[in-house]
Amino acid sequence: MTADQVTPEPLRSTSSIGTSLLRRDGVEKVTGDATYAVEHPVTGPAGEPPLHAWLVTSTVARGRVVAVDATAALAHAGVVSVVDHTSAPRLADTSDRELAILQDDAIAFRGQIVAIVLAETSESAREGAALVHVEQEAEPHAAAFQEDSPTYAPESVNGGSETDTLDGDPDEALARALVTVDATYTTPHEHNNPMEPHAATALWDGERLTLHDSTQGPRPVRGTLAPMLGLAEEQVRVLAPYVGGGFGSKGLPHAPEMAVALAAMTVPGQPVRLAVTRQQMFALTGYRTPTRSHVRLGAHPDGRLEALRHDAVTQSSRVKEFAEQAAVPARVMYAAPHRATTHRVAELDVPVPSWMRAPGEMPGMYAQEVAVDELALHAGLDPVALRVRNEPDVDPDTGNPWGNRRLVECLRRGAERFGWADRPTGARATVDGEWWVGTGVAASTYPMLWMPGNIARVRSLDGGRYAVAIAATDIGTGARTVLTQIAADALGCPPEAIDLDMADSDLPFGSVAGGSSGTTSWGTAIVAAAQQFRADHGEHPDPGVETTAASGQYADMDGHALHSFGAVFCEARVHRYTGEVRVPRLLGVYSVGRVVNPRTARSQLLGGLVMGLSAALHEEGWRDPRTGHTVTQDLATYHVAAHADVRDIDAEWLDDIDELSTPMGSRGIGEIGIVGTAAAVANATYHATGVRVRDLPLTADHFLE
Amino acid sequence: MKELTYHRADDAASAVALVAGDPDARFLGGGTNLVDHLKLGVTSPTTLVDVSRLPLDEVTELPDGGLRIGTNVRNSDLAAHRAVRRGWPVVARALLAGASGQIRNQATTGGNLLQRTRCVYFQDVTTPCNKRDPGTGCSAIGGYGRYNAVLGASEACVTTHPSDLAVALAAVDATVVVLGQDGERRVPMSDFHRLPGDRPEQDTTLAHGELVTAVELPATGTARRSTYRKARDRASYAFALVSVAAGLELDDDGRVRDVRIAWGGVAHKPWRAEVAEAELRGRFVSEESVRAAAEAELAAAVTDEQTAYKVPMVRNLTALTLTGLAEGATR
Repeated sequence: MTADQVTPEPLRSTSSIGTSLLRRDGVEKVTGDATYAVEHPVTGPAGEPPLHAWLVTSTVARGRVVAVDATAALAHAGVVSVVDHTSAPRLADTSDRELAILQDDAIAFRGQIVAIVLAETSESAREGAALVHVEQEAEPHAAAFQEDSPTYAPESVNGGSETDTLDGDPDEALARALVTVDATYTTPHEHNNPMEPHAATALWDGERLTLHDSTQGPRPVRGTLAPMLGLAEEQVRVLAPYVGGGFGSKGLPHAPEMAVALAAMTVPGQPVRLAVTRQQMFALTGYRTPTRSHVRLGAHPDGRLEALRHDAVTQSSRVKEFAEQAAVPARVMYAAPHRATTHRVAELDVPVPSWMRAPGEMPGMYAQEVAVDELALHAGLDPVALRVRNEPDVDPDTGNPWGNRRLVECLRRGAERFGWADRPTGARATVDGEWWVGTGVAASTYPMLWMPGNIARVRSLDGGRYAVAIAATDIGTGARTVLTQIAADALGCPPEAIDLDMADSDLPFGSVAGGSSGTTSWGTAIVAAAQQFRADHGEHPDPGVETTAASGQYADMDGHALHSFGAVFCEARVHRYTGEVRVPRLLGVYSVGRVVNPRTARSQLLGGLVMGLSAALHEEGWRDPRTGHTVTQDLATYHVAAHADVRDIDAEWLDDIDELSTPMGSRGIGEIGIVGTAAAVANATYHATGVRVRDLPLTADHFLE
Repeated sequence: MKELTYHRADDAASAVALVAGDPDARFLGGGTNLVDHLKLGVTSPTTLVDVSRLPLDEVTELPDGGLRIGTNVRNSDLAAHRAVRRGWPVVARALLAGASGQIRNQATTGGNLLQRTRCVYFQDVTTPCNKRDPGTGCSAIGGYGRYNAVLGASEACVTTHPSDLAVALAAVDATVVVLGQDGERRVPMSDFHRLPGDRPEQDTTLAHGELVTAVELPATGTARRSTYRKARDRASYAFALVSVAAGLELDDDGRVRDVRIAWGGVAHKPWRAEVAEAELRGRFVSEESVRAAAEAELAAAVTDEQTAYKVPMVRNLTALTLTGLAEGATR
């Protein structure tokens, strides 16, 4: 679909934006009427019921498949077929080795798909998979992310940023500096774990592949899978009306989506369902790489930074490179004339890391914001005051003026509300019964991201109603609701007059729900299309007329540095006898532009804070170096925060309109809540105990005396 | 699909006969652990004999002041029972420290004692495990060890027992009433679970087909002043890193007349700290005296990098628990 490119004007009058419109899909979700990826009542053209697929995965970390013996599986009642690398349909393009499954006998990580069982019931498929005997030849592997793991410099890092940056002479400046920090901070394997597993129902009718998928991007899935399958994009339709969470892990298609597509192509006319098990999610659907950040700060005695180095090492897979941009936030946060950032990657025999909420910013800001806390201590300054003192006038990275940097206001507002001024200066100063008590602060940041290429269609309906269409997705964020509000204000009608159609790749192009770019990018396209619709058809259009417009770049990304900022304040209690950590208070104050819907925005920010708290206290995937196997592969052994861990938690935002970023005045809010949160918790545990923990998670054993 | 036969037992004796006569049969109680194992492939019985509806769901006060708890009393009901809360607070608190509300509503008293380790290798059929598959080796040695034992482990198995309730029962000198084909027998709690030795597949001293029908609690001074503390990796819904069940009885001048200490999270069974108990009898309770007593018990501990934390943690928690009891704290 082609459409004229339109760059919208700012929305001058808003009546729905800024209100807490109820979730448009809330009733379906809470009553169970919402159909998720394997719940769609899909049948074949002659009413064929769906087959159920089950994945058989490798148990060696590196090697090859010698033989797949399906005899016992095929003899099991209900099993229809077993697809392996000798029988799977051939792909037209195998360059993406994460997705090019069952094309050869190579095993590149433990948990890799080596066969797919198709059966009449999910129980038969599961049992059939257990009966498939895979003879594997193991080769020596390296699956442990270690300090001495060989590394290399990637060509660029996630998001397309430069691998290394250098300004001035940081090493010389660090050697001269009177106040310094030189420490290494680590974060472990973290796994996204959305409630709904990665799942899809696929139907190949001989001409067209239809995929009911659990994805953050129907168009990106179509655009990735179609050429690999040797199909035109129009031959693939991806629908994702409801998605039970993704947190980045459904932002890019992963191997299970290719598996269900390949399986469906072996049984034309018959739908195939696949739901990945929780255990399989730990190998097949992306995860956050462990990170090791060496941070060096050099400052004057008054706390002004002179030099800053952030050298980040992360893990990647031999199958496909993923370089987490952990040192990138150090490029924008603080003024220091001498700065260096580097990224190095250890290539291992492990599953492919991928996006997990705020890739780069989350682990990178953890490291940096704990280091800044250490610097404040060494300089004898309050951590809020130290950050204020290092506020840069312009973006240190580009030299551009800030679009809307209000970090200092976030810090001051948060300090006031949290009661920061009452805090004892020294660590280990407060005991309450069995608990050490302390408080901590950290800053957060996330870039304004705008995705090009979005297209929206506006059509007038009877009775003053409008149909608005774009292939966007609502992964639980509230996108369906906020896009309705944006369309209503752009068309000057109430939100009830908008029929929003989304989550279908047959609709005009929508980019991925990722990088906190969804509302920004889709909303800009909707405003562009609505304004062009009015220009084309006036205020009183005939029913049935329509306009399709592609979004021109509204955001002034070249002239200004566009970022969101925030400040997180935390009270931590550390048990004097056991070292257990509890967080009774957590507050985030953010500057994110205009908030389109306070109800859904609050939920996004609180969700980010909870996920950051969870990373601070609990989350740790443990990969057994002997086998390359993540053994903590369920929610009983991979801990995420439980309700009892989340106490008094709140988020607020500054009154803001950012007209440089979007015509709505908004920026993205999906990720900033997780950024800085773990550092605030770590800093609070230090203040409570005097024990500086630099390795996440902050488990009890670190604080035990 | 894996087919199995399901029997709903009409009475305890016929349930015992059904299971005893079939090595591939298992009792089904609340199912909170066994059903997971069926899904994971950890066990593959061909017959399940559902005993959860047998009328063994009463808590009865005994003439001597003790309590008889039917095996089918749900964890949530037991935790809320007035007599338990009054006479054996450690039992109620241990129950409430375990699992989640939903699971406690489903889980039974007998089933709780018979739950199996949550060792990640035991639960993953793609990895060797002597407990699940005797003779294949122990993956936890040299592997993921955060929850491993520090007392009484063997070269065959280093795992811990996951139950909170069992630790409390060990501290109140409970007796497990067991029905077998030859009739009823009574097993002291300290003899119910076993150390792994070279037969880690055997969690308890029960023979195949023996059914737990009740647990009896004697009324004692130490049980009346008792409590449970658990350290864990999150505020709820996590297994113990370590836990302490303790009961204390002081004489008139404040010295320890009698004391019970049992530890969870440190061994293949609830660990009665009898060395520590003996150290404390006749002494005053203070942080120092309890720490010293705990350290005497822990002299036998074997730790590695991943489990070293358990020694100071259980020592500290024991000191906190007993000093709290001595001060009359009810937590």
